[in-house]
Amino acid sequence: MITKRIIPCLDVKNGRVVKGVNFEGLSDVSSPVELGRFYSENGADELVFYDITASYEQRALFTDILKQVASTIFIPLTVGGGINTIDDFDRVLKCGADKVSVNSGAIRNPNLIKEAALRYGDQCVVLSVDIKRVDGKFKVFAKGGRENTGIDAIEWIKQGEANGAGEIVVNSIDTDGVKKGFDIEMLKAVNSVVNVPVIASGGAGCIEDFITLFNEIPTIDAGLAASIFHFGEVSITDLKQELKNNNINVRL
Amino acid sequence: MIAIADYGVGNIFSLQSSFKFIGADAYLTKDPDKLKEADKIILPGVGAFEDAAQKLKKSGLRDSILEETAKGKPLLGICLGMQMLFERSFEYGEHKGLGLIGGDICPIAPDVTAGLKIPHIGWNSLHFPEGKEKSKIYKYVNDGDCVYFVHSYYGKNCDEYISATTEYGGTLTASVENGNVYGTQFHPEKSGKVGLSIIKAFCELE
Repeated sequence: MITKRIIPCLDVKNGRVVKGVNFEGLSDVSSPVELGRFYSENGADELVFYDITASYEQRALFTDILKQVASTIFIPLTVGGGINTIDDFDRVLKCGADKVSVNSGAIRNPNLIKEAALRYGDQCVVLSVDIKRVDGKFKVFAKGGRENTGIDAIEWIKQGEANGAGEIVVNSIDTDGVKKGFDIEMLKAVNSVVNVPVIASGGAGCIEDFITLFNEIPTIDAGLAASIFHFGEVSITDLKQELKNNNINVRL
Repeated sequence: MIAIADYGVGNIFSLQSSFKFIGADAYLTKDPDKLKEADKIILPGVGAFEDAAQKLKKSGLRDSILEETAKGKPLLGICLGMQMLFERSFEYGEHKGLGLIGGDICPIAPDVTAGLKIPHIGWNSLHFPEGKEKSKIYKYVNDGDCVYFVHSYYGKNCDEYISATTEYGGTLTASVENGNVYGTQFHPEKSGKVGLSIIKAFCELE
């Protein structure tokens, strides 16, 4: 039976993992390679690396690090951040990424998903969407959640799937950072309109939040989080054991 | 020495790295003659069947793979590389494969519970068919171990060649074997320790 995936997300800037990491037993907690290896040996089903650098030089450093990660970690790697063109896809795929996550790049260039899916296959293209409620409606936000595009999120995701996105990451701005649980209502709304895997992001604060996610939405595929894993508030090994104890199928 | 057939399809960075990681000598090659020098051959692949089959033919690697496997050289097809080992594929039309495994490549959707998400993406467990000897590539693998899948089509009408299955709203072919020809639908190079152990076992084949 297919298992539910648990995915830690690492933000990388200047070749280092940012958002403070706090782990005992790791010699260099902000090394993407060390942290990636730690997660992969401790139950992560997949890793997401987010490139939050801006300059060309830093981008080259990021791809260099990606290569190091992909040479030592043998689980699926998704790369996002700064993906605006087909050349960006090409650049990270050559360095060992398996999937590429597009967000603002798809808003600026609606053909990007289609072009990439045709060239690399649907399985390679992940549409990541930052969503916030505005007057009770789900709207797509850009620029790291700062700008309301006015686009209806449900329509945007349906269109993304039709264009060839093979997975959807739903990041709720409303619950992100609050640590009171995933945005079940928003995730249900998205999950019911698409037939590709949906990854929940934003709001996880404890193990119970993941149990609630998979119990409330049995067809949701994965839960993604960053700081609760990085700070050691939730260990992925414990999380997966608890999920299993609650009859949720995971890879142990 | 292990040759990885490079015919311009798919992402081979991780595959190459996985051989390096377990200390096996593997090289990428576009050259049919170089392929002949190897002890074992890997046929990778990601993308669409027809495009890949054409590229493989054009590269000249198709013929040398057929010649070498006929001599008994071990071959491992991965993902689309496994699908190309079959006789036919029904992905967007009907296309001819290498014919090393009897059977067809068919869409998953009509054969599994309606409404299941397609592609079948994620970690799923391997099950070995009863009454068959366990494949040598699973020397270090236990029934129920998870590996990573990404596919919308699967091998069908190939019962006698199945070496492992997986459950996804129905039973899907996870891997096949016919003598010295092996194929995995999943990605061993993306399946953590279990996957690396499969690559290692393949390298250890005699």
